[in-house]
Amino acid sequence: MSSVPRQARDLSVVPTADLPTHLADATANDVSLRRFLFGLPGVDPVGIEQRAAGLATRSIKRTSKLAAIDLAISMVDLTTLEGADTPGKVRNLARKAMLPDPDYPETPRAAAICVYPDMVPTAVTELKGSGVKVASVATAFPSGRSSLEVKLADTKIAVDGGADEIDMVIDRGAFLAGHYGSVFDQIVAIKKTCGSARLKVILETGELATYDNVRRASWLALLAGADFIKTSTGKISPAATLPVVHVMLQTVKDWNAQTGEQRAVKAAGGIRTAKDAIRYLVAVHEVAGPEWLDPDYFRFGASSVLNDLIMQRRAQLDGHYSGADYVTVD
Amino acid sequence: MSHLAVTKTYKLFIGGAFPRSESGRTYQARDDDGNFMANAALASRKDLRDAVVAARKGYAAWSKATAYNRGQVIYRLAEMLESRKAEFVELIMISTGASTKTATAEVNASIDRLVHYAGWTDKLAAVLGSSNPVSSPYFSYSTPEATGVVGILAPTGTPLLGLISVIAPVITGGNACVAVAAEHDPCVAITFAEVIATSDVPAGVINILTGKITELAPHLAGHADVNALDLTGADAELRTSLEQSASETVKRVYVPKGVPDFTAAPGIARLRAFLEIKTVWHPTGALSLSGGTAY
Amino acid sequence: MEWEYSPAPESSAIADIKDRYLPFIDGTFKEGNGEDRETINPGTAKRLSTVSTVNDADIDRAVNAARQAYENVWSDMSGAERGKFLFRIARGIAERSRELAVVETLDNGKPIKETRDFDVPAAAQHFFYHAGWADKLQHLGLGPAPRPLGVAGQVIPWNFPLLMAAWKIAPALAAGNTVVIKPAETTPLSILVLAEIIADADLPPGVVNIVTGAGDVGSTLVNHRGIDKVAFTGSTAVGRRIQRELAGTGRKITLELGGKGANIIFDDAAQDQAVEGIINGIFFNQGQVCCAGSRLLVQESIAEEFTERLKQRIETLRVGDPMDKNTDVGAINSEAQLDRITALMKAGIAEGAELWSSSCPLPKNGFYLSPSIFTNATPSMRIAREEIFGPVLTTMTFRTPDEAVSKANNSPYGLSAGVWTEKGSRAMGMAAALRAGVIWDNTFNRFDPAASFGGYKESGFGREGGPSGLAAYLDTDDEVVTQ
Repeated sequence: MSSVPRQARDLSVVPTADLPTHLADATANDVSLRRFLFGLPGVDPVGIEQRAAGLATRSIKRTSKLAAIDLAISMVDLTTLEGADTPGKVRNLARKAMLPDPDYPETPRAAAICVYPDMVPTAVTELKGSGVKVASVATAFPSGRSSLEVKLADTKIAVDGGADEIDMVIDRGAFLAGHYGSVFDQIVAIKKTCGSARLKVILETGELATYDNVRRASWLALLAGADFIKTSTGKISPAATLPVVHVMLQTVKDWNAQTGEQRAVKAAGGIRTAKDAIRYLVAVHEVAGPEWLDPDYFRFGASSVLNDLIMQRRAQLDGHYSGADYVTVD
Repeated sequence: MSHLAVTKTYKLFIGGAFPRSESGRTYQARDDDGNFMANAALASRKDLRDAVVAARKGYAAWSKATAYNRGQVIYRLAEMLESRKAEFVELIMISTGASTKTATAEVNASIDRLVHYAGWTDKLAAVLGSSNPVSSPYFSYSTPEATGVVGILAPTGTPLLGLISVIAPVITGGNACVAVAAEHDPCVAITFAEVIATSDVPAGVINILTGKITELAPHLAGHADVNALDLTGADAELRTSLEQSASETVKRVYVPKGVPDFTAAPGIARLRAFLEIKTVWHPTGALSLSGGTAY
Repeated sequence: MEWEYSPAPESSAIADIKDRYLPFIDGTFKEGNGEDRETINPGTAKRLSTVSTVNDADIDRAVNAARQAYENVWSDMSGAERGKFLFRIARGIAERSRELAVVETLDNGKPIKETRDFDVPAAAQHFFYHAGWADKLQHLGLGPAPRPLGVAGQVIPWNFPLLMAAWKIAPALAAGNTVVIKPAETTPLSILVLAEIIADADLPPGVVNIVTGAGDVGSTLVNHRGIDKVAFTGSTAVGRRIQRELAGTGRKITLELGGKGANIIFDDAAQDQAVEGIINGIFFNQGQVCCAGSRLLVQESIAEEFTERLKQRIETLRVGDPMDKNTDVGAINSEAQLDRITALMKAGIAEGAELWSSSCPLPKNGFYLSPSIFTNATPSMRIAREEIFGPVLTTMTFRTPDEAVSKANNSPYGLSAGVWTEKGSRAMGMAAALRAGVIWDNTFNRFDPAASFGGYKESGFGREGGPSGLAAYLDTDDEVVTQ
């Protein structure tokens, strides 16, 4: 799977004017947006957690496991978002993304690396020509607590620096205060600033606190033009969970049924082991569909999981368990 | 060559671990003949404070467990105690001077007592709860919930059976506890703490302090984060002052009617004492337009 | 990317299936004097093992052993001690859970995922729960010292062989009775492994006796003069016959019979979870469940869109080898059952309902059926009235809540119903209005030993689980009589 070159795709988003009427109407103003969001079917928390737990018992073995591991590796947005990030750290990360396992060079490369806006130029230089994308957080990440001007300026730094993808955060305060129109407008404005960069919209589901809110925020983000809906900043707990991602996968599937177009999902934070990652892939497969088993349509925002994926990959190929000494620390 | 025994250090049992007293104090535990047995930890009010913190944490985890799960854990306590029966028989004989027969009977009763309470966890709601036939269009039910953190003064007398008979009913209902063991039998109490530590009981659900009841009990009674008290191990005079102290925070206080006979089958008074009854109402009926006269 | 899951077969080695199994009477496994029967693995249609069955004389022996054990040992024993035996059995089941799950899947045809995650743990829990009641009978609200009935004769079906054995044995023993129990002829193995666990627990001989055989053995058992109490789970047809045969004998009976459960979806339901609930309701255990949600009543305002969602979801169900850990829907228990299901499906088509089936490929060997839905069904059709007992859903619509109640209640059965709505008062109101013994609000197929289960009307009488389930095994005739 890893050696097959991916065809160039037109991943640009359908403008609002081409949306089906009922969806275009929903975004006319704050009132209609609220009415639309509250008209969405509810999510029963016990039921969805039960389904997520049930799917998590799928037994993925042998060739299907190796395929899943390779796919998962190719879906990783290798991430460093620390105050202590330096150009050296970012360069190491970039190299790791390009060549995750030097002893097994056919190991797929990661999808992207994800850094703060001021680190984008370093990342771009290092990754030039490799096919690994540069994603940047923006919009006063992680809290999102600042003015729209600051958020736009933050985004512009990343875009001007050459970022291929922007991971923005929604204004959770505005969402929880019921100002859905404001949340929507902010996303639209950021999207505009992105230009050709793909926009990932971080919902910070842990702060949204209910599955109903996750459903509403997901629809809101898609209506506003999100290419990806993303669970979390990874800075608070809970971050990504299987049931939350179920809701988001169901949303993009419903969006696809209603508009004909395919949007993406990113699960970020709390995904530590290959086993976790494979469980997410099962969810992608069975809730959204095989069309989403593709780095253009599903990502993992993570760092430590990559090494576990590499070790599990080795275990599948070598026939024995690997150890931490055999994978690089970047 | 005869074997020179490695003597055990008896510490406190707090938050699933065995720390020494923060005061560094100990006192001498003596056997029935007055011979030295061990230096037991002499718990201070700060140890008690730490134990209450641990209990509050333990309560959070314990109250989230299903009743079935709690029953399984309490049954595991019985399994672990059963497997260490010989050790406890010997310890009780040394500590209290009891005969083999009496000590064996006490350990057997203690194991069976745990089994008895293991079987209560998933029945309390059926026995103590109810569906309420209110005379208005509401579905109403009442259900028992754990009080929270219970402070227990363990009785003197049968050191194992007495201790288990006061702790088990408290945790059965989902509470966590801080138990002050009988002053003169700390070794039995802390050895039982080892059984607790190997039985999948979440940390902090049971905490055991050894030391002077007269020193520790007032701090337990006055502690605002303790929801209820079992004063079985306190004498009449101490009980009165503790009850007065408890009134400051409106604690639920359990005082046995007389001197309990723990060899008898336990009733349900100790279970009920540490449960709150919650009543819930929810509208029902009137599926379609009905005219609304039934209110 | 297309992603095929590799086969993930559970190994059958742990089951150590013997060539021959024997009845368990008076504490030992001994040859019965009836004809040997073969038991088949429905997943492959191949022979699994042979079981020695009992004749009338063996049944006499079993009832006698149960009587002796009751008179001399079990009724004298304290409740606390009876409870300890039951706790041992619960732990034994948990310890041998993987083996039991494999045996059950091989003998019944249900997916290993279900036996592993539901049947076996639920059986263990059933014993654990009832163990705790044995010394607490005075708290049931039935008086200070309720007495057992004596010897119970119990007949169980093939759809949940081990779990049904637990549902019968545990409360009977907790209440102080001894039992003679007959498993279904197509699924005799798991209860005989349970018998090993019971023997290892040192349960006094004769307290539990297992007689193997077919319907005639069951009939002899329930009619036996030495039985004080009869408990039957199975079809309504046989239940009626048993009730008739026992008329005038004064023997206590409980019956857990068939059902045609209505799963009611309102327009404000949490749609994705409602879909899961329907799937669970009709495809769990291949629909071979007395309380299956076999009638879908969907509010007309959302019917079309909802049915589409349902079909899409059904297409993702994995049907196949029950021993594969990723199988969602396994094999039908027997060829005879498969024939019964397909006959009713033909009737449905003949009566004008529209059949839609999943396009999933089916294994070549074994008894398999594609998960199916009938739409455009009306209440008068056989598929809407008769219990199909297979992975076949009959769909109808309703307009208002009252109409949903009326249609749901319009059945001689009354075992279960599901209600899907986000509106709490409607969930509660529907629960009050539906004439069924088990109401599932925003869920389906939830079972717990603490929650009573049983039917209204021709779905049977008597309850299993909870205090009311125990009451069935105690002498509750407290009316004062003159002679």
